[in-house]
Amino acid sequence: MITARYHREVPQRFRLEANKCVSCGHINFPPRLVCPKCKGQKFDNVVLKDEGKLLTYTILRVAADRFSKETPIAVGIVELEDGVKITTQIADVDVDTLQIGQKVKLVLRKIQEDGKAGILCYGYKAVVI
Amino acid sequence: MRDVFVIGAGMTKFGELWEKSIKDIFVEAGLKAIEDAGVGYIDSLYVGAMSSGLFVGQEHLGAVMADYLGVNPVPATRVESACASGGVSFRQAYLEVASGASDIVLAGGVEKMTDGADVTDALATAADQEYEVYHGVTFPGLYAMIAKAHMHQYGTTRQQLAAVAVKNHRNGAKNPNAQFRFEVTLEQVLNSTRVADPLGLLDCSPVSDGGAAVILVSAEVARNLKKPLIRVIASSQASDTIALHSRPSFTTIGSVVKAAEKAYKMAGIKPTDVNLCEVHDCFTIAEIVVSEDLGFFEKGKGGEAVEKGLTALEGGKMPINTSGGLKSKGHPVGATGIAQIIEVYEQLSGKAGARQVKNARIGMAQNMGGSGASCVIHILEVK
Amino acid sequence: MVGIVGYGAYLPRYRIKAEVIAKQWGSDPVAIVRGLQLNEKTVPGMDEDTITISVEAAKNAVRRAQINPQEIGAVYIGSESHPYAVKPSGTILIDALGIGPDVHVASYEFACKAGSEAMFVAYSLVKAGEMKYAMGIGADTSQGAPGDALEYSASAGGAAFIMGKEKVVAEILFTHSYTSDTPDFWRREGEYYPRHGGRFTGEPAYFRHIIGAGIALLEKSKISPKDFKYAVFHMPNGKFPMEVGKRLGFTKEQIETGWLVPYMGNTYSGSSPTGLAAILDVAKPGDLIFMVSFGSGAGSDGFIFRVTDEITKVQDRAVKTRELLDNNKIYLNYGEYAKFRRKIKLNE
Repeated sequence: MITARYHREVPQRFRLEANKCVSCGHINFPPRLVCPKCKGQKFDNVVLKDEGKLLTYTILRVAADRFSKETPIAVGIVELEDGVKITTQIADVDVDTLQIGQKVKLVLRKIQEDGKAGILCYGYKAVVI
Repeated sequence: MRDVFVIGAGMTKFGELWEKSIKDIFVEAGLKAIEDAGVGYIDSLYVGAMSSGLFVGQEHLGAVMADYLGVNPVPATRVESACASGGVSFRQAYLEVASGASDIVLAGGVEKMTDGADVTDALATAADQEYEVYHGVTFPGLYAMIAKAHMHQYGTTRQQLAAVAVKNHRNGAKNPNAQFRFEVTLEQVLNSTRVADPLGLLDCSPVSDGGAAVILVSAEVARNLKKPLIRVIASSQASDTIALHSRPSFTTIGSVVKAAEKAYKMAGIKPTDVNLCEVHDCFTIAEIVVSEDLGFFEKGKGGEAVEKGLTALEGGKMPINTSGGLKSKGHPVGATGIAQIIEVYEQLSGKAGARQVKNARIGMAQNMGGSGASCVIHILEVK
Repeated sequence: MVGIVGYGAYLPRYRIKAEVIAKQWGSDPVAIVRGLQLNEKTVPGMDEDTITISVEAAKNAVRRAQINPQEIGAVYIGSESHPYAVKPSGTILIDALGIGPDVHVASYEFACKAGSEAMFVAYSLVKAGEMKYAMGIGADTSQGAPGDALEYSASAGGAAFIMGKEKVVAEILFTHSYTSDTPDFWRREGEYYPRHGGRFTGEPAYFRHIIGAGIALLEKSKISPKDFKYAVFHMPNGKFPMEVGKRLGFTKEQIETGWLVPYMGNTYSGSSPTGLAAILDVAKPGDLIFMVSFGSGAGSDGFIFRVTDEITKVQDRAVKTRELLDNNKIYLNYGEYAKFRRKIKLNE
């Protein structure tokens, strides 16, 4: 049962809420309590831009059991316009056409299901624009 | 800090050990190490294991193994640092002897991966659960993204990745404890089942069962036992961000660079002084990146180096993974770091048989966890 | 006057052609394509459902309305394929769009008219002065049983409408609903695929209710069919909306703009709403739009809209419905389609 653990991350998964270090401006996604750049502990809340570019990617042909019916799965690291980098699936794509540097946009999709009867878990995925 | 010596080693064969439980495996390795060392007792033990809870439903491994090894009531501690669990287990034992707290310590590692757990899922717990694993990414996937980035940035080729597997299988074929004692051709690697592009099945280390243990002692104990003096001349460890995406570069592993810097400094040597190195080749790309980050080759030239045979056992100026590496020897996660030390120990004691590197005097073992969030390095020297 | 202040549609990129389905079951594709005028239909990705479709449509509606999502006082999603039997769909949507938590949220179900129902209630609440803005959405990822006639039509998509009083792009002049207990199509609790009464879904159900609501609306408004620029009806197939329009006195030209079904399929609760969105994409100030939905069980909701001068400002602020329909298609074969729609039995 992943309900509580899932729910805690909703502000990030649904709305890309992050925090920005008051002293050095570094943006943390998800928000952190200690800035990894300057050790600052004061932050402003920010919301990330939902567009960016693909820095690297792979096509998963083998996945963990709960994703195994969805292969091939395109997964990549996207650098959003704010400079924040995230790992995300790339949806609705002919996996053979992906390229490093492609422009993408984040959309809300179902990411996984907690078994047959458990909750449905949503979050961001990238689509090529 | 006192000098610390490795005086005995034991390991099980790596592979699918259907008849053996996690306890059987660890005890077999532990007993062999104690016998090889010729010690009558141990002061304490460490057991490195990545995920015995998920793989076989057993935690509290320190107590389990002390009990079944018959060494109660010595202090027994389980160490976890994902795939670096073994290396960190060794480091804890090293620090315990070096500090003077103990004279004889067993450092072991074990993993039993074939009992039916979702291995991909269990291994993925070494990445960021909420921001990597949640999105479906697997370990082959993370290293595949490193590979794509390395290919994009440096022009590393698919053939160069495959050359790592070919070399390591050639070495592993000579290792009686290896899971895969056979050679593979470049074509076989290139045509192997795709796992996570550009990595194929033969670019990936296997799912394995296995255990390994070594005995670390003080100088006084080593001399009294009249053992060859194989000294630990460096022990270093470093960390990096848990998520691959948080790093400034995907083609270099910060924890490896940092741990290597510290290790060379502590040992007072340069990369060129190292005669052989066991590196954490969980995937072919990992060996290429790490061989660069350890300073053996210029950044971006690791692929070319393996292709030119510079890392080969025969004729290579810097033999890497003479044991067969994780790729061919097998990768029972928690045991891997210890098994690397065992290869270095055997090479330095001249007991590596068909894999023997001539005049090996200084050997290195580089073990890492996750996509490189942990790295632990040891350098051993024979006097 | 109260009306639509922002609208948006969303259609998945995947498609399957009717002839591919027909070939699978040994049926004559000509009868389907020519008879029912169904060429192809949208198919949701494995990671898409009524909620994700609603979110995309709603984001497009907010982009057009350019309002603060916090001012939306109600969100209603009408669908016959809510992903949960128990748990609202709209809660995920409001959290994704940053609406609420001071907001009224509900899931509606009334076969294919749940979307117009959501629109009607949203409109009524704004008209009553309960809130500044309310959003009504119709979206579905409907399923037809393999080999059933519905498999050629049941598709995925949706549209969202924000109702308000300021900067209205299409005023709602009249509404009328017409309902009776007519069991032409249903899905029992726990069943995966719906059942239908075959030809009983036609005259006693679809035609009777749309014509009932349509005539009442024409009488109420005293507007003649020829005075409308556009008309849109529920689109279970290509043939029915053209036929019902004709019977009410509308021409092919009036219906064509919102007649997305030949290449979209039947998006159920999203059917006439997506048709309306396609009309608003091209409508000009002053245009009158006639809309009647139909939901099995059975009932129809009718609306008369008058497009305002504001329309030209919002049309280009988000993707247009025809662009979603015509561009970036990814065609599936039957096997991929069966996998996407979870028609294959798997080990749990």
